[in-house]
Amino acid sequence: MPPTNSDESRNLAFQQAIDADRTVEPRDWMPERYRSTMIRQIAQHAHSEIIGMQPEGNWITRAPSLRRKAILLAKVQDEAGHGLYLYAAAETLGVGRGELTELLITGRQKYSSIFNYPTQTWADVGAIGWLVDGAAITNQLALTKTSYGPYARAMVRICREESFHQRQGFELLSELSRGTVAQHEMAQDAVNRWWWPALMMFGPPDTESPNTAQSMAWKIKRVSNDELRQRFVDMTVPQAQALALDLPDPQLRWNEARGHYDFGPIDWEEFRQVVGGHGACNAQRIAVRRAADEDGAWVREAARAWEVRQNSRTSAA
Amino acid sequence: MGGPAEQPDFRSVSHAEDWPLWEVFIRGRRGLSHQHVGSLHAPDPELALQNARDLYTRRGEGVSIWVVRSTEVHASDPDDQGPLFDPPSDKAYRHPTFYTVPEDLQL
Ligand SMILES: [Fe+2]
Ligand SMILES: [Fe+2]
Repeated sequence: MPPTNSDESRNLAFQQAIDADRTVEPRDWMPERYRSTMIRQIAQHAHSEIIGMQPEGNWITRAPSLRRKAILLAKVQDEAGHGLYLYAAAETLGVGRGELTELLITGRQKYSSIFNYPTQTWADVGAIGWLVDGAAITNQLALTKTSYGPYARAMVRICREESFHQRQGFELLSELSRGTVAQHEMAQDAVNRWWWPALMMFGPPDTESPNTAQSMAWKIKRVSNDELRQRFVDMTVPQAQALALDLPDPQLRWNEARGHYDFGPIDWEEFRQVVGGHGACNAQRIAVRRAADEDGAWVREAARAWEVRQNSRTSAA
Repeated sequence: MGGPAEQPDFRSVSHAEDWPLWEVFIRGRRGLSHQHVGSLHAPDPELALQNARDLYTRRGEGVSIWVVRSTEVHASDPDDQGPLFDPPSDKAYRHPTFYTVPEDLQL
């Protein structure tokens, strides 16, 4: 449809409301591009929570103690919950739940590329909690102030639940780091493998992030990729020291003038490879999600058939 | 629905239609009213309540849950916000601060 005068004035009014920090709610008029950007971002976030259950879920049966198993189960269950809060937020924009699942398992929507890395040892569970959830929290805290109301509210709820995720990872690594030599080495190896992918979670540098300007203008994004990444680095370095573990970056050092830690260059070619489908686990993650969906189809259908029969009984009575 | 001999048709097998959507309200503790916390899909009220328990009260967030079919919620039009809610704004006398009373009295 060609833009009309009224579209233009509505666009203007929309931007003015955003500038005045007014939250956008589901039934408000919004530009089509705002709606589609929001759907894509929330869906991608939801998919990440759901796919993110796999790398850690992989260790539930092999957790080294009942305490650790209970903690890991609770964490993975939380991630399922996060996915569901977010799918519900996306649905307020007029997409269906099943539609989003299909877009995911047919590869037409993405999820965070961090979950395409394998969890090779038990220490990876700690490194994920500490670094991956740590990075996610940094990102999600900024999103609690995003302009779309249902998304912002989901973020508040999620952030409240996330802090235990990071702490249990930190505690797990701390025990390993102070354990036997082999345990310490296992913890260090996990941190070596997860550090750089965790930094990539914030997305490409601001100079190469084409959608950032519009997302900032609409206040979907309130803090840029590079600024969030810096926040995460500054927060994490002292934690690594407390863990007696090294971060695998020889250029990492405090910069007195900037008041921040400097860090070395990120291998964006690796990032592009993994996003492009060539990570270690891309195919496996989607295959598992697809199988879960197909295996659950009969449950969804049976429950629906039961409801239909109950309804016909009540209306016949 | 396809028989076993047919090629699995993902779309028709799986998501021909989503389960209906429900709005979830939770009473945080006795003495408070139920508050809207979010929504979820479920085929019937019983499963909606169970799903709401799992999804919204994993940390003791509530003592009571209501679920309401989303299609049963009727909402005011956001474009009517002005005409609908502006009238009281010129009725300052509905607020206690409108009145002057002796300062040394508890009133
Ligand atoms: Fe999460
Ligand atoms: Fe988490």
